[in-house]
Amino acid sequence: MLHTVNKSPFQNSTLESCVRFASQGDVILLIEDGVLAAQAGNVKAELLKEAMGKCEVLALSADLKARALTDLVEGIKITDYDGFVDLVEKNLTHSWL
Amino acid sequence: MAEDIKKIMFTVRKPPHGSIYVYEGLEVKLIMAAYDADISVVYMDDGVFAVKQGQNTKDLGIKGFEATYGALVDYEITKVYVDRQSMEDRGMTEDDLLVIGEDEDTEEPIKPQVVDSAEIAAMMAEQHNILAF
Repeated sequence: MLHTVNKSPFQNSTLESCVRFASQGDVILLIEDGVLAAQAGNVKAELLKEAMGKCEVLALSADLKARALTDLVEGIKITDYDGFVDLVEKNLTHSWL
Repeated sequence: MAEDIKKIMFTVRKPPHGSIYVYEGLEVKLIMAAYDADISVVYMDDGVFAVKQGQNTKDLGIKGFEATYGALVDYEITKVYVDRQSMEDRGMTEDDLLVIGEDEDTEEPIKPQVVDSAEIAAMMAEQHNILAF
């Protein structure tokens, strides 16, 4: 299944909860302020590494670009709006709002 | 027909009263109960405060909705779960949970079921749709 996270991990524990409830093989997509978690060297990078142990972690390119995030935590993949639509089409989705 | 029945889960992660999410979510659940759907509700993160008993909104000047939870079982919404860790992280215990109805035969009060994150994750994976509040 697909989990979308749109909150900054520095603001609240939404990403943490998402990672806790995500299952092996799920996809986590960072969107809006959620992409702030993707910045390389950030204090929440360990959490993303934990997530990548069981899930694929993606970040939405438009949101990364808008926030000038180019140097990303290793292993995070980038997708665009078309990729987002594909994911929603193929997966049961939970929005971690 | 059984195979046509959709499994729909509501996740509640916001606390009550600070915003209208929890109240609106409760309304949606009661509306959805009118349809032939297999409904489950999970309270997690700050959402666990929504199912804490003893809420009194009198001084806020707004109508509370704790009593409405007492009707969930009457609406045949019996799959009501609370994430154990979210509850414990916030200093709540099972005794703090409100009542969602009573047993038809024994009239014993029914409370939400406390479950672990792994059980919730497994239930999530089985759904047709998940609505977040």
